[in-house]
Amino acid sequence: MIPTTLTPGAFALSLTWGLPALTILVLALLPESRARLIRGVSLASALLNLALVAGLIAAWPAHRPPAGAEVPLAFAARLPWFSQPNISYFVGVDGLSLLMMLLAAIIAVCGVLVSWRIETRAKEFFIFMQVLLAGVFGCFISFDLFTFFLFNEVTLIPTYLLIGVFGSGRKEYCAMKLNLMLFAGSALVLVGLLGLYFASGLHTFDLFALAQVRFPADFQHWAFPALFLGFGVLGALFPFHTWSPDGHSSAPTAISMFLAGVHMKLGGYGCLRVAMFLLPEGAREWMNVFLVLSTINILYGAFVAVKQTDLKYINAYSSVSHCGLVLFGYAALNFLGLRGAVLQMFSHGLLTALIFAVIGMLYGRTHTRQLGELGGLMTRLPFIGVAFTLAALAGLGLPGLSGFVAELNVFLGAFAQTPLLNKVCTVLAILSIVVTAVYLLRTINKVLHGPPQEKDAGLKDADLAERAAILILLAGVILMGVWPRAITWLVDDALQPIVEQLAR
Amino acid sequence: MLTNGHLVWLILFAPLLAAAAIMLFTRRLPRVSAGLSIGAVVLGFVLSLKLFVAVLQGEAVVAPSVVWLDLAGWQLVWAATVDRLSALMLLVVTGVGATIHVYSLGYMRGDSGFARFFGCLALFMFSMLGIVLAANFIQMFIFWELVGVSSYLLIGFWFERPSAAEAGKKAFIVNRIGDFGFLLGILLIGALAGTFNFAELAAKWPALGLSSGVLALAAGLIFCGAVGKSAQFPLHVWLPDAMEGPTPVSALIHAATMVAAGVYMLCRVAWLLAASPEIMNLIAWTGGLTALMAALIAVAQRDIKRILAYSTLSQLGYMVMAVGLGATTEAMFHLTTHAFFKALLFLGAGSVIIALHHEQDIFKMGGLARKMPVTFVTFLIGTLALGGIWPLAGFYSKDAILLAEMDANRPLFVMALITAGLTGFYMARALIVAFLGQARDQKVAGHAHESPLVVTLPLVLLAIMSVIAGWHEEIPHFLKPDFHEHPHGVGILLGFLAIPLAGFLLAWLLYRRGPADDARLRSLLGPLYGLLENKFYVDEFYLFLVNRVQGGLAALCAGLDLVLVRGLGVGGVSGLARLAGWCVRLLQGGSLRFYLLATILGVAAFLLWIGR
Repeated sequence: MIPTTLTPGAFALSLTWGLPALTILVLALLPESRARLIRGVSLASALLNLALVAGLIAAWPAHRPPAGAEVPLAFAARLPWFSQPNISYFVGVDGLSLLMMLLAAIIAVCGVLVSWRIETRAKEFFIFMQVLLAGVFGCFISFDLFTFFLFNEVTLIPTYLLIGVFGSGRKEYCAMKLNLMLFAGSALVLVGLLGLYFASGLHTFDLFALAQVRFPADFQHWAFPALFLGFGVLGALFPFHTWSPDGHSSAPTAISMFLAGVHMKLGGYGCLRVAMFLLPEGAREWMNVFLVLSTINILYGAFVAVKQTDLKYINAYSSVSHCGLVLFGYAALNFLGLRGAVLQMFSHGLLTALIFAVIGMLYGRTHTRQLGELGGLMTRLPFIGVAFTLAALAGLGLPGLSGFVAELNVFLGAFAQTPLLNKVCTVLAILSIVVTAVYLLRTINKVLHGPPQEKDAGLKDADLAERAAILILLAGVILMGVWPRAITWLVDDALQPIVEQLAR
Repeated sequence: MLTNGHLVWLILFAPLLAAAAIMLFTRRLPRVSAGLSIGAVVLGFVLSLKLFVAVLQGEAVVAPSVVWLDLAGWQLVWAATVDRLSALMLLVVTGVGATIHVYSLGYMRGDSGFARFFGCLALFMFSMLGIVLAANFIQMFIFWELVGVSSYLLIGFWFERPSAAEAGKKAFIVNRIGDFGFLLGILLIGALAGTFNFAELAAKWPALGLSSGVLALAAGLIFCGAVGKSAQFPLHVWLPDAMEGPTPVSALIHAATMVAAGVYMLCRVAWLLAASPEIMNLIAWTGGLTALMAALIAVAQRDIKRILAYSTLSQLGYMVMAVGLGATTEAMFHLTTHAFFKALLFLGAGSVIIALHHEQDIFKMGGLARKMPVTFVTFLIGTLALGGIWPLAGFYSKDAILLAEMDANRPLFVMALITAGLTGFYMARALIVAFLGQARDQKVAGHAHESPLVVTLPLVLLAIMSVIAGWHEEIPHFLKPDFHEHPHGVGILLGFLAIPLAGFLLAWLLYRRGPADDARLRSLLGPLYGLLENKFYVDEFYLFLVNRVQGGLAALCAGLDLVLVRGLGVGGVSGLARLAGWCVRLLQGGSLRFYLLATILGVAAFLLWIGR
């Protein structure tokens, strides 16, 4: 039986979003002029949160529920909130949410580190960032779909302000586009969630109670695409990916890192956790459509990236391609495919954050992101150059780095599906390893190689904060690549119930 | 207690540790870095010798293994294959590797990236040894890719030179095309057999009862990997460009070891290829074609390293051809002897290149024999060995292949003979033009002098190996204790000898007077010379393809994104919203004129409707 009071475990979980919320209060009280203090408080809060998540992961093996438990969560608690529509504050974690929280906590720390030089409106910047963090953590621990949705919406408002106020380029347009599209996605999700609420006959938003229900086929037929598409917009599903290149390119560095690294993963997480888990028959029925769409994602994103000349757009389209691999993994509808997709979320989160961080560092120094204006920077900025090269190699799936492990799982899962369409799509998806190599190596060549330019003579390599951010992200990328079991032990259990649902 | 099994992992991981230590700690200490890297490879060589002896004595060496990844219902186990094949290959890789490491001390002296160079070499050694020891397809693929990336880093070692950076990129991407097929093949085999382990697959594969089409598909896809890595036609284009890397790299990676990895891999999975006669045939013809084509191109090249690069292509073609005819032992034999004499030739060329301050055009050299006697003699030995002259190593290994195909495939046999003649010609051409006669360019070749001991010692060692490696056919007998050469008479062997000698003779006649350029050959060959000089225009064809097909596809996608998704999709939706807003605004805007107009139109419409 799940406790209905705030147990210590549930309290610790709530702290993951409580800490950012508290930090907002502290920051709000600090005067605008104390930029250093503001940064310090933000970093301390992010580090505390990382320690908290690490502690939760360390404590998880001792608290994990037995296999086959009805609610396979640790530290679970369900506090009634609104009795009438039956909404509760239902929190808990399994390996999947822990992994996503770890990703968010790592990127939060690195995001603060790379924003060390922000001077103008630093207070607002860091406050909005904490709102974003609170929303994301709240999402990953919520298993009442209404609170889950609520936290998801919380993330959208600061996103708009962070891009619109602190961004670059056509920031107002891009912020508006991003928000409108994501709100449209949310609307679809809401429709789906209300459908679940009523069609189940239970009048509940409790995920695991809903999972016991066998929804009628005609309901699944329309509810699954609503939910999957709704979350898919956030996961950059083709053709609803178009907010992401614009949004990520005009956002400030730390926000690009967080948006592409964590926020987009909410979409992938929702697709898996809600749509596929609750509506397995709908998933089976619709998967061919999403298989084709995600294959297009992968190849199309890669081909568009080949043609881009702005570094941020290259990485943004690369993200479209790599996030396509997440949805592509789902489409395999088996354990390896799902696990590959989750691994890809984690791997891509670290990688894209790393690349956006590096791009931000290059832009901060050279004041350009155009390929044609960059060159020879390996000589001038060896540390950043090596980091960029490693990130690119990981992005093109080099074994020993994180991307390969994820791709291997996804492709093994996809290959186990026998229908011709799956085979064709898999071959096409694997073709992306060539196209990805083309645009990533081209970028590395243009930016880092060639004779050093005169105008870059005085540039300084990464400072301490930047080095720390790069090293933290790289450590994750290498660890996962060399010893994948360091990650898989966490997620394997969490995927079991979903795989069982799908096989139902 | 350290068993031989543990030593296997020590051989593999010592270079990785060296590479990590160099990258993290000793980047600013060139001597220490070189020491670490050389120490690791020498240790590897000594331990490989120990393993070799153990395997020779019939000991079953089992390295400890560990589960790397749980897959649904099965596991990927990290393990090592130690058998005769890998024991020999370990010895070749670490042996040739050690001499080239020492040589690099001299060749790279004073380079600003000295420590980085040794770091990358160590990374390469780790990756290459990983291929040799791989126990399953995934492990093989992992190291396959790592070898590719270390090759990328080393080709583009002088990355400030745009041509070097470009060559590195090209090598990586062309290899990726081969790896696309390779990975597909691996996944296919895994999906069909439920294991990636070589030993299990070898037993299981023929018993699966797969249709010949599937067998051919699997074998063909795996062969794609070898086509990329061993630079076979049509993916051969990266290797000549890879000569942009420092010469020791060309010797170690792009001649002796990495490019041979494709052949090694094919020998490792011979059971897979043997299951599909069609693919065996394809492999043989690919090899034969590559051998002949590359030898033809080499005839018209002027850059000493490019001549050697095409020669490498050609010799790899021999090996692949042998694999295709089922003669894996002969292929490995030639791989081994080739590693010695081709490394020797490259290092000799490197010795010349340093002496001439990085001049690589043979028609600017000449008269180097007297100034650089050790380099000359060793280069001569390498040339004779490559040409297949008795009693040097190349004679034995090449003839083993020729004999194997004499009965198996007559057209290929003839092609291989022509290739052998061409080999004699182009090598003698390079030797005569570069070393004999008078210096053509006093500024370049006039003041050349012999390289220091650290450079010449590796030359001498490799020269000795190039002489003796073929004797008594020890190598094929080690690989396959019951190895028998095809029965043949002395007359055939004399014939095999006469063909490269004819090539030598022709080169002697053409170049003995020390011509200033290649005009005589040019006029002799006519338009063919231009075709060869331009490498049959394959690169130009690919450039066209890349620009048109890949560039076109990318432009199409980028255009679609701009017009359809962002323009029509986003613009359309936002336009609709704006239109709706405009309509509603008219109703609420307070414009009397519009209200009047709407009223009149409305009344008119109403009247029309009643009066209908």
